[in-house]
Amino acid sequence: MPSAAPAAPPAVSAEHRPAPGGGVWRRLPQRVVTFWIVELQKLSHDRTELLTRAVQPVLWLVIFGETFSKIHAIPTGHVPYLDFLAPGIIAQSGLFVAIFYGIQIIWERDAGVLTKLLVTPTPRSALILGKSFAAGIRALAQVGVVLVLSALLGVALTANPLRILGAFVVVMLGSAFFACLSMTVAGIVLKRDRLMGIGQMITMPLFFASNALYPVKVMPGWLQALSRVNPLSYEVDALRGLLIYSPAHLGRDFAVLVLAVVLGVAAASSLVARLAR
Amino acid sequence: MTGAVSRPTETKGVACPVPAVACRGLRHRFGDHVAVDGMDLEVAQGEVFGLLGPNGAGKTTTIRVLNTLLPLQEGSVEVLGHDVRRAPMAVRRLMGYVPQQLSIEGALTGRENVTWFARLFDVPRDERRARVADALELMGLSEAADKLASTYSGGMVRRLELAQALVNRPALLVLDEPTVGLDPIARDGVWQRVEDLRDATGMTVLLTTHYMEEADVLCDRVGLMHLGRLRTVGSPRELKGHLGPDASLEDVFRRYTGVELDENSDKGGIRAIRSTRRTAGRLG
Repeated sequence: MPSAAPAAPPAVSAEHRPAPGGGVWRRLPQRVVTFWIVELQKLSHDRTELLTRAVQPVLWLVIFGETFSKIHAIPTGHVPYLDFLAPGIIAQSGLFVAIFYGIQIIWERDAGVLTKLLVTPTPRSALILGKSFAAGIRALAQVGVVLVLSALLGVALTANPLRILGAFVVVMLGSAFFACLSMTVAGIVLKRDRLMGIGQMITMPLFFASNALYPVKVMPGWLQALSRVNPLSYEVDALRGLLIYSPAHLGRDFAVLVLAVVLGVAAASSLVARLAR
Repeated sequence: MTGAVSRPTETKGVACPVPAVACRGLRHRFGDHVAVDGMDLEVAQGEVFGLLGPNGAGKTTTIRVLNTLLPLQEGSVEVLGHDVRRAPMAVRRLMGYVPQQLSIEGALTGRENVTWFARLFDVPRDERRARVADALELMGLSEAADKLASTYSGGMVRRLELAQALVNRPALLVLDEPTVGLDPIARDGVWQRVEDLRDATGMTVLLTTHYMEEADVLCDRVGLMHLGRLRTVGSPRELKGHLGPDASLEDVFRRYTGVELDENSDKGGIRAIRSTRRTAGRLG
């Protein structure tokens, strides 16, 4: 072991510590970018997750999509079923990534990492927002895979880069909300196993009670009511509008998703400290 | 109990009247259990202060109130003049913290782990790369910096955590049982780094431990905690001196609390470290 350390930087005393300007509003985007970078770094070290997570959307598109296209069981008007389905599967990919994101925060709690994060000068809301958008980054990687596969299967996707960018933003918002939902549940149940069970319990109902697989108008009334309060429906609606030029209510969809993220961040932020105690 | 400050409270010739840590009447409960029971403590800037006691003494709870992880329930706590209740962000910005548990992100490299915390502490972008490299070098991790942290040994993980805590150049470094669970060689390495750091920077260090001999060697002053209360504060020499020439800190602890420390507490202590060092030296 070396006996002498390299010259160390001096500790900074309280009087000399520069006060960073901008407060929470400046720190919020900085923290989000920080968590994006960390998530991308993790993905770059282990790319197998991208491949394994791509299997499920591929199955939905290739098997479910192709089959239901042929049997014309779901009325989608003049839109081919595969075109109708692809935005739903994109949203589903994000949902599946995000809904289990709370497991990561419980793992970080168990590993002691969360404790250290909570004593950095990062407001709880910025920590949650950063982590939820990091889930969005992971979801975007899936979106890329599904977009390429959809194009290969002949889905008439837009080539407009602005619309594709808009779709990325929609997926980011949707995934951020579901990650917040997952972290909120994590803050309540505090255990990985319980969160896993709850995640599995709510994922498919969220998926089926949305317009991802079929139009809202073919649903029974009670399911339509559930679909209307399900943020996934607004995400899918926006994705269809942006990617396949389907009639959509983009303003309403964005507003609902942003509101859902704000509420999700507030809920998860209020509970995250429980994980550190 | 307010302990007298044994080290000069000056930094670079400028008087520093503000203590690094000032707790008055700190009390913290978990339900009916009183974990910290009316603690008064003052730690001067530049000193290495050890909070000693067995498991359950209230050391970690004290640290967690101090670093804003737990809300302040009763009493007052200031870190370098900043109230933990009113200015938690200012407190966090001044503090480097290494928790008891080995805690790094194994899916990132050592350098990425430290850079992550540099960003979270708002280290300016133009300084970030150099500061990260300095912190890694200080902890002897330059060569392993670009390996995944999941491949690090326990001692390397602890040193990486120290690098994370130091990248912000904190005025107060808080170490919660920094060597617990480490083998004697790794423990030796960590303490050597802490000593080097103290010598090089004059940084205030507040550590908790239940290894009395380590505290004896490293701390300017120690506070003995038992059942949530601070029983006495002083330099190891002073405390032992009151009991006689051959007294140890264990004897002091027994004198003030009436109980023995955990009989396993010396496993991996300084004696074991020295023994291991000698063995390692013999084996080359």
